Amino acid sequence: MEAVLTATAIGKRFPGVVALSDVDIELLAGEVHALVGENGAGKSTLIKVLTGVYAPDGGTLTYRDRAVHFGRPQDAQAAGISTVYQEVNLVPLQSVASNLFLGREPRTRFGLVDFREMHRRARELLGSYGIDVEVTRPLRTLGMGVQQMVAVARAADTGADTKARVVILDEPTSSLEPREVGTLFGIVERLKADGVAVLYVSHRLDELYRICDRVTVLRDGRLVHNGPMAELPRLRLVAMMLGRDLEEVRRDGATRFDGERTAADAPPVLDAIGLTAKHRLDGVDVTVRPGEIVGLGGLLGAGRSETAMAIAGALPLDSGMVMVAGKRLRTGSVGAAMRAGVVLLPEDRKADGILPELSVRENIVLAALPRLSAAGVVSRRRQDAIVATFMRRLRIKAASPDQRVGELSGGNQQKVLLARLLCTRPKVLLLDEPTRGIDVGAKAEVQALVDELAAEGLGVVLISSEFDEVVEGSDAIVVLREGRVVANLAGAEVTEPALLAALAEEGE
Amino acid sequence: MAEATVAPPRRTTGTRAWLRDNGVYAAIVVLLVYDLAFTENFATLANLDTQLVQVAPILIVALGMALVIGTEGVDLSVGSVMAIAAAILPLYLGYGIAAAIGLALVAGALCGLLNGTLVAVVGIQPIVATLALLVGGRGLALVFANGQLKDIRNADLLRLGSGTLLGLPLVVWIAAALAVLVWLLVRYTTFGRQLVAVGGNRSASMLAGLPVRRVLMLTYVASGVLAAIAGVVATARLTASDPSAIGSLYELAAITAVVVGGTPLSGGRVRVLGTVAGALLMQLITATLIKHDLPDSTAQIVQAAIIVVAVYLQRTKAGGR
Amino acid sequence: MTATEQAHTLEDAAAHGAGTTRAEWLAALVQRRGSIVVLALVVLVASFSFDSFATVGNAQNVAIQSSFLAIVALGMTFVIISGGIDLSVGSVYALGGVLAAWGIQYGSLVGLLLPLVVCGAIGLLNGALVAYGRLAPFIVTLATLLGARGLLLAITDEGSTTRLMPRDDWLTEVGQGTFLGLGIPVWITVVLFAIGVLVLQRTRFGHATFAIGGSREAATLMGLPVARNTMLLYVASGLLAGLAGALAAAYSASGVTIVGEGLELEAIAAVVIGGTLLTGGAGTVGGTLAGVLLLRVIQNVINQIGTLSSHYQSVVSGAFLALVVAVQAYLSRAYLRGRR
Repeated sequence: MEAVLTATAIGKRFPGVVALSDVDIELLAGEVHALVGENGAGKSTLIKVLTGVYAPDGGTLTYRDRAVHFGRPQDAQAAGISTVYQEVNLVPLQSVASNLFLGREPRTRFGLVDFREMHRRARELLGSYGIDVEVTRPLRTLGMGVQQMVAVARAADTGADTKARVVILDEPTSSLEPREVGTLFGIVERLKADGVAVLYVSHRLDELYRICDRVTVLRDGRLVHNGPMAELPRLRLVAMMLGRDLEEVRRDGATRFDGERTAADAPPVLDAIGLTAKHRLDGVDVTVRPGEIVGLGGLLGAGRSETAMAIAGALPLDSGMVMVAGKRLRTGSVGAAMRAGVVLLPEDRKADGILPELSVRENIVLAALPRLSAAGVVSRRRQDAIVATFMRRLRIKAASPDQRVGELSGGNQQKVLLARLLCTRPKVLLLDEPTRGIDVGAKAEVQALVDELAAEGLGVVLISSEFDEVVEGSDAIVVLREGRVVANLAGAEVTEPALLAALAEEGE
Repeated sequence: MAEATVAPPRRTTGTRAWLRDNGVYAAIVVLLVYDLAFTENFATLANLDTQLVQVAPILIVALGMALVIGTEGVDLSVGSVMAIAAAILPLYLGYGIAAAIGLALVAGALCGLLNGTLVAVVGIQPIVATLALLVGGRGLALVFANGQLKDIRNADLLRLGSGTLLGLPLVVWIAAALAVLVWLLVRYTTFGRQLVAVGGNRSASMLAGLPVRRVLMLTYVASGVLAAIAGVVATARLTASDPSAIGSLYELAAITAVVVGGTPLSGGRVRVLGTVAGALLMQLITATLIKHDLPDSTAQIVQAAIIVVAVYLQRTKAGGR
Repeated sequence: MTATEQAHTLEDAAAHGAGTTRAEWLAALVQRRGSIVVLALVVLVASFSFDSFATVGNAQNVAIQSSFLAIVALGMTFVIISGGIDLSVGSVYALGGVLAAWGIQYGSLVGLLLPLVVCGAIGLLNGALVAYGRLAPFIVTLATLLGARGLLLAITDEGSTTRLMPRDDWLTEVGQGTFLGLGIPVWITVVLFAIGVLVLQRTRFGHATFAIGGSREAATLMGLPVARNTMLLYVASGLLAGLAGALAAAYSASGVTIVGEGLELEAIAAVVIGGTLLTGGAGTVGGTLAGVLLLRVIQNVINQIGTLSSHYQSVVSGAFLALVVAVQAYLSRAYLRGRR
């Protein structure tokens, strides 16, 4: 098989971050190539380099035996490299046919859009993939699955003269039903048979092994493996994604978590039962006792963040209930959860956490404002006292409480958010990636702090894509896959091999 | 996805940031110096009074607008709310000035409640939600007033419009007091801090358990009440209730004052002092041009240019989008 | 497959299947045809209630009164479908009228072209600032609203001069003349709307406009010329507002300086009542026409009710607008709930 697109020694850095360093990837005609890696591995950056969104700082792209340089995404598209993004990038209010042909609609000799021809060609195109759908219907009236197929069909058929040679599918199945996945795979097989190179990005191991021929694994912006999919054992794949050496797995970890914590047999402070939200969660149970840290295990997209959000009232549930210290919580309300003592440290610090324009003080007291106020006026004295306490206790490094949070380092921003939660005197802390994107020193501090809080009797739910952090930090681990609990590890079972095994286990 | 967030942060350059934050004050100083030196009949007490009295109702409306814009919204209905307040005033003056003003303010609060409900509960974009009341409100005011201009003869109300305190018109004192009040509200109250948070990052506010809907609702109510106060003040000044003309195009003047004063349209920040300065600057420009026999038309074109410059200066701050 | 999973699939099938479709269908119908249905009802009721309503003369009256607003609203429809807004049209409309009345002294052609050139240029400025400067359309067009009004005042001695247009000029006759019983501006409106339907529904430009409003990001990723297209929309909006102003001036044979204040609001109201989503991405030119007619018929009906103050007209328009957007918001929320 010939190589269609080859990237050699690609490097890409952003201020303060090396996103890609010396990465090679080779896509062959008629193969499905898996691209895997956890958060921050550099998958998105690599895709953006391949599709002309970013210009690489170093390395070369060879497309059909010629060195190429795509200045804009349109250039890559015109050359025959198409991308289907994770969130369907189509226009939901427009018809299926319009979405397939936007920008290249067939026209009559008067220059007007030829609807009959467009609909005919749309039917033909979708029919050839075995998709039976009324092409005049607005896209949004169709299920996510069909929308995804339409996106793939559009990507594969870039126009009459330029056939797609490379199709990049970024998490194409994340919102699909099982039967829809089957249809999608049919399309992928078709593309493969047509000699198209498919780059397939997914975290669902079952899918990767079902459909992919070769695999490239990235970790922290570096290439860690590439080779035939079938020759790579699941356990090794997972270990590589997580940056663990199988041989080293049993060695002592390097985190600041102190494993010696004994959770009392006290009644649970948090008991979430049967959390279910369409497409996201399916009957998830999580129980946390006072002083216990329960980790949520799982690969990206397994439903860890969703579980935390559901417990914190930030994700509406179809069914399920949350008990806090024996009292049933009104679900779907952040305020109610917070008053009951359940607080969430959101995964995306910038989008859902900090208010960068406001001061450290304002950010810390935000959630506790009503408690710090008398007759609606914020008491400066009580506010300053609490801010001083937490800045000291969490060792928040800021010039003064008046400094803008946007100017702080990531680690200090995270501590500010933690302080915001602690101000509300919580019983249960839900920490979603508490140490992501912060420097090593701050990381250790945060880990030690979480330990300390648990020791004081708080219940903690911990989500982390850092493998050792979950294993060493947690007293028990609830392992999730595709929104379902697949394993519960407790006590002596909380080990890296056990978690790896649970993650790599084949789905039914 | 994670990579997208580490894209190069757009830092505003020092000069631009300074201009954005202090440009309006600098412009006022420059213009004042120029006026004092070169503009005849400018530095007189009478002129000062005139300018301040003219700007007072605009400023009062702009204070409410600044709050709404701080939540990433906009309130187009303020001019019509002024008209409603003006129309209600003479109807109840018979029961005493307090009752009449009280009812006018209640009407303003109800208007704000309507806007707030449409925005916070029904989930309509602020522009359209408040457009409905802009269109319908003035008609309603005219219906209340039977389409007529009514002269105000109530001595108390007239005193409100023309009286002075310590040499400055009462109207100016009212505007100044409200400015201080709103400043305190934004800075020191739970509501004010929550308002800024909701405007700065709605999803973070939601996750921090803030009562987002209630905050939005109250913000529009505040804007409605302030517009009603402006309507009362303007009526008292005019010595007549003129629902067909009062407050016309005030929404534009108020938005201009807020934007020129450095409050970003993207929300998350309320600059009360800047808004006061913005209103004063626009008034000063018009006055200066008029004193130099340059017509209203020039003033409007200059104002248009200033708006664009102000928004342009803010653009980079909002992330260049 | 586990039991819960099966239940899920069934639930999904129900949600994705017939139920949603019918709700969708109903929502789409209300959205697209609601204004026409209400218009028909109002006309029907008014015809039976007032002898003077269903007369040829009154119909001609409503038609000509609608035409100027309709032309402005046509441009606004495109802009709103693309997810933008153009607040400057009221001022531009007035400016167009004054320029026509001023330019006609140098010849009829100047009287026609001058407003188009100047108003098109204002549209170009709007478009450039919005599409390439990436400034908020709301504030950009607010600034040009002021700027255009300033320009208008500048050429009319601060609004004190009202220039008359010679009665015998052909441009004036375009405004005042009739053809088959309807005013020529009405026919021009009809032609422009026909073109508008074609452009919106049957050209790549129109389809791209929908796409930009539906999802600007998707449109960009699909390689559509987003910036250029956006700019052209504002140019078109400026041109149409200027043309409407020139026609209105010709109709009244004078460049009245005070017209057009608040016209942008009426235009936006008509567009939204006509079923175009203010968030962009969906809308019809026909709905806008129905929206305009509805506003004007309400005005006409309230005038017919002698006892009712004419001020109720804007109250009704405002209430109607609020109702329409509330229903829109409700429908799209109900839809989202079904989808999730």
